[in-house]
Amino acid sequence: MLQTSDNFVDNARGAMADGGLQKALARARPQFAKKRLAATDKLPEFEALREVAKTIKNHAIANLDFYLETYAAAVEASGGVVHWCATAEDARRAVLKICRDAGAKTVTKGKSMVTEEIALNDFLEAHGVTPVETDLGEYVLQLRREPPSHIIGPAFHLNREDWESSFRKAHTDLPADRVFRERRDILTEARGRLRETFLTADVGITGANFLIAETGSSVIVTNEGNGDLTQTLPRVHVVVTGIEKVVPTIEDTLALLRVLARSATGQDMSVYTTFSTGGRRVGDPDGPEEYHVVLLDNGRSGMVGTQFQDMLRCIRCAACMNHCPVYGAVGGHAYGSTYPGPMGAVLTPMLLGVETAGHLPNASTFCGKCESVCPVKIPLPNLMRHWREREFERHLAPPAMRYGLAFWAFFARRPVLYRAATRLAALALGRLGAKAGRFSRLPFAAAWTKGRDFPAPEGDTFFAQYAARLRDRS
Amino acid sequence: MSRTAIIGAIQRGLKRGPLPADQAAMLRARLAAHPRHIIPARGTLPLPERVLLFTSYVEREFGTVARLPSLAAVPGAIAAYLAQQNLAPALVVSPHPDLAMLPFADLPLLKVRHGTSGPLDAVSLTHAFAGIAETGTLMLPSGPARPTSNNLLPDNAIVVLPAARIVGAYEDAFDLLRGEGAMPRNVMLVTGPSRSADIEQTLELGAHGPRRLHVLIIDGPG
Repeated sequence: MLQTSDNFVDNARGAMADGGLQKALARARPQFAKKRLAATDKLPEFEALREVAKTIKNHAIANLDFYLETYAAAVEASGGVVHWCATAEDARRAVLKICRDAGAKTVTKGKSMVTEEIALNDFLEAHGVTPVETDLGEYVLQLRREPPSHIIGPAFHLNREDWESSFRKAHTDLPADRVFRERRDILTEARGRLRETFLTADVGITGANFLIAETGSSVIVTNEGNGDLTQTLPRVHVVVTGIEKVVPTIEDTLALLRVLARSATGQDMSVYTTFSTGGRRVGDPDGPEEYHVVLLDNGRSGMVGTQFQDMLRCIRCAACMNHCPVYGAVGGHAYGSTYPGPMGAVLTPMLLGVETAGHLPNASTFCGKCESVCPVKIPLPNLMRHWREREFERHLAPPAMRYGLAFWAFFARRPVLYRAATRLAALALGRLGAKAGRFSRLPFAAAWTKGRDFPAPEGDTFFAQYAARLRDRS
Repeated sequence: MSRTAIIGAIQRGLKRGPLPADQAAMLRARLAAHPRHIIPARGTLPLPERVLLFTSYVEREFGTVARLPSLAAVPGAIAAYLAQQNLAPALVVSPHPDLAMLPFADLPLLKVRHGTSGPLDAVSLTHAFAGIAETGTLMLPSGPARPTSNNLLPDNAIVVLPAARIVGAYEDAFDLLRGEGAMPRNVMLVTGPSRSADIEQTLELGAHGPRRLHVLIIDGPG
């Protein structure tokens, strides 16, 4: 996808003014939190399982070299091929070579964020291989040539009329005056379309939610069944995934599965959780003859041993963005990166560089909701703060922000002066705004007051009130 | 080479070389023991409650369940189900030995084909390896007796599951599977019929896989 993270501020402004997007966000926002809560409430062990999930992922990352080698050996023992790819370019080349060796013209794709990360579709198309997205949301986005706006609900930003117009434009062999009476009709049309593709594709590409070192298996989780058709029907199955997905055993995977769907869609379990191990066996009536795993690094190994190592625990459930007030206001496209929301704000500067994506970690109110719902307890606000510090240190923040911070820091380092200045400001603002109780305009705060009123301070500062109470008590 | 570069970068990050032999041995022991983590209490019930819990979760996930006294009752139950759903009396049956013995001959109107499903089959009959009570999940591994296509291509999936094979937790089902030997090529854990909420966050059943999932629990020995 085209990365526009450096343009976040303008993107966000556009998103706030986009009526269709705001309608979709208003519909989705309350659903996300409600569904997760309903599922976690029904499992008394959920909080304890979050700690287990965190421990498993930490253990896997602390021994990542060992588990990757063990995993690769197990894949090879079961007849699969592992392609180690340090960069996105390596991964694109590896997939293209597999497709060419298979003589593939059409490849079907299950939903995979890593293939978005490496912009695989554009690359394959440019080299004469046609990729077809089969996840319903990804399919409509491919027709619209749009990137996903959410890592598990890629097209949630579209309204029904967008789906209908996209289908009319793309499926020109169907009667132009056909009526979509219900959402079901949209689904049925896509299902019919994609059935033909499933049956004729030469290669199927999926992602992986987990890789299991013990057995050399890859695991995908879907609700539609498109991932399963993608990996079952073509002659060749290619898994494209990141190195951080490896976990030691089946039991470790099962513990993580217990928190994944509940955190993501609020289901106890997704409809299809599928473990794939190698290609077709002797006597198997179906399944792919070849099984390949394209293992992508693309900056991940560089996070090991840094303060960003915690981010490698991420299992891509989307709970952080589903609960984020910033994401809820602007949606996913504004981030201009493959991964949006809090997890994207931490991951993207690592993938694209802080020069390009340094703005994203600022897209947070530090309310802490993301960390509180994260199934593997990633300290997302803290990691965003690390990036902000780096952005500041490297003089990437805009001058107004730097001067503002320097101005504030001058006082913050001198508590007596700070208290005196804030007290003076509070008293003055309190007096000036006593009548209205609020300000609709303030000098130096136009950006803030443009969207809302600033309440006039009532009474003394916190510090002054606190000191007074201590005095009263003694 | 990428492999060396990636492993090297990870080891630099971890501030060590390859794992010392004693630590590697500990990790290999962990892999061999594959210890369990917390199992939810609802995944540890005795068999009669397990069957009820399994049933209630399948139904909650928009599947349907019928309990039958023996395998001999399967053809009749299928004929009744197809009539009730207004479906043509035809199905593809997975080449599982238990299903090969079913007395379909008693129902001449039911068109039965044994084998792997193609794009035109509307109904499949498959045999589950296990049922998992904690979420109403079926375990459907691939193998000569269990084509994966039969779980996916037909719009209506009917699955035979002996009650005795309903376990509490996922781990119990994988223990049974480990008992059979190496990991099969494909192991599907299926919880309810296929669905999508991609269009305006509204749930629709039957996205790419089956729209209906009907489980026949067999109480008797066969």
